[in-house]
Amino acid sequence: MRELIVGLSYVGATFLFIIGLRGLTHPDRARRGMQYAAFGMLIAVCGTLINHEIVDYRWIGAGLVIGALIGYPLGMWVPTTALPQRIAMSLSFGALAAVLVGVSEYYHAFHGGEGSIPTATMAALAFEVLLGSLTVTGALMAFGKLQEILPSQPITYKGQNAVNFVLFAGAVGLLIAVVIHPEMTAAFYGMMGVAAMLGILMVIPIGGADMPVVVALLNSYCGLAASATGFALGNSILIICGALDGASGFLLSILMSKAMNRSFANVLFGAFGGGEPAAAAAGGSALPVRSISAEDAAIQLAYAKLVIIIPGYGMAVAQAQHTVRELAELIEKRGGEVKYAIHPVAGRMPGHMNVLLAEANVPYDRLYDMDEINGEFPQADVALVIGANDVVNPAARSDPASPIYGMPILDADKAKHVIVLKRGMAAGFAGIENALFHASATSMLFGDAKTSLMKLVSEVKAA
Amino acid sequence: MLILELYIFVLAGFVGYMVITKVPPLLHTPLMSATNAISGISLVGSMAAAGSHRGTIATILGFVAVVCATTNIVGGFLITDRMLKMFKRDVPKK
Repeated sequence: MRELIVGLSYVGATFLFIIGLRGLTHPDRARRGMQYAAFGMLIAVCGTLINHEIVDYRWIGAGLVIGALIGYPLGMWVPTTALPQRIAMSLSFGALAAVLVGVSEYYHAFHGGEGSIPTATMAALAFEVLLGSLTVTGALMAFGKLQEILPSQPITYKGQNAVNFVLFAGAVGLLIAVVIHPEMTAAFYGMMGVAAMLGILMVIPIGGADMPVVVALLNSYCGLAASATGFALGNSILIICGALDGASGFLLSILMSKAMNRSFANVLFGAFGGGEPAAAAAGGSALPVRSISAEDAAIQLAYAKLVIIIPGYGMAVAQAQHTVRELAELIEKRGGEVKYAIHPVAGRMPGHMNVLLAEANVPYDRLYDMDEINGEFPQADVALVIGANDVVNPAARSDPASPIYGMPILDADKAKHVIVLKRGMAAGFAGIENALFHASATSMLFGDAKTSLMKLVSEVKAA
Repeated sequence: MLILELYIFVLAGFVGYMVITKVPPLLHTPLMSATNAISGISLVGSMAAAGSHRGTIATILGFVAVVCATTNIVGGFLITDRMLKMFKRDVPKK
């Protein structure tokens, strides 16, 4: 009877989770959907509490309370600009939970338990612990880089890929050994250690702008580790949720890689940007650049019929999203139309810019994906580029020699005028000279994005 | 049993793929935090480890896993809701 109730609670929860994810297909339904999903989680947790295996509730109760106390501030107080590192941290937590359950199962079997484990269960456990450990340290490294505790530039050294490959082969070798001989505890814990090392070393060479792919990929690993936990425990809801999470992460990483026209392998092993700064610096500095004053830029904006704003990571760093919205409202008041063009990899995680702008009260129907908006640039009077660089570099379309050639970009260069807000002439993350900045229709407004925008706001008001 | 579980895995992955393909890029960040919260379901495994008298070490490992998973569930659902609350349609101009 108990078994049945537990089982039914899981079926109900699964149903609600899928309904919840389905809700995310539209912003109007999304909130309600996630409330269903949260309710599903409650059902599953309550169902588990009557599981006959559980005989002692003290540690569970303490864990639930402490977890809720840590989770609440992480949910309510973290600013939206810090979302990427917040997600990276929770990926690390999720993977850690999977690893600990795996180790606990293994420990139980070999230190005091039956002393043996069926091969299929052992394979699932080993897989879970391997993927989990890798994700724990990998996500922590990503967190460090995003939080800028660690340098966000790629850190590379000679033979890096060889070292990573050897570690990977070693981890897989230990996994096979421990599946064949589950009693080899040293191999099990060794595999855990090697996988943890690999997680660190794999993320070290990956730079800031590639983070969307890495975070999505770690999300996928985290899901697969949870799924493996389900296989090990014979628990279907874990298998299902892990698979959902894994599929989501996998899909997002494919989308992100596509948006950069690069393969997974290239992101993971390429260490973009570290390689060819010499070539980039050589041609660059001699080209002419037109700078513009805030007054002149404001006049262009004030009399424009259609302005397309292209936000990038620079806007997030300067926390300028609220000022952007203020400027947009002023332009609209004067009769102009403002649209936002969002490149899939703008920012440090999938959808980062959308959340920032939504937070600043920009209505979501003004936010356009790359494919929707690219046809409109020729009609735009002004394309306003705020802290974005590589995603508007026309070299991606025209210059087969460019490292970013083939990457889909926002066609800002097709607008009648382009105003670029930028700190200085430093090359973008990829270390590539941007031809857009030297085009005849482009004017550069140098300075901190937020300060420049505030100047623009007061000038447009006066115009 | 294993085959049945593999069926479940493959079908769930497929359902996930179909549903998530339809999520617009607009909501990709909430999607990540939502799937993260949902994968906190590993709590049910952690609870079994923390509460079933298998010796101190297993209990402590289970306890830490319960803390991690609960953190993700509570924090994940809250932050997803907070984000989704921000997405608003344009209000018609007066």
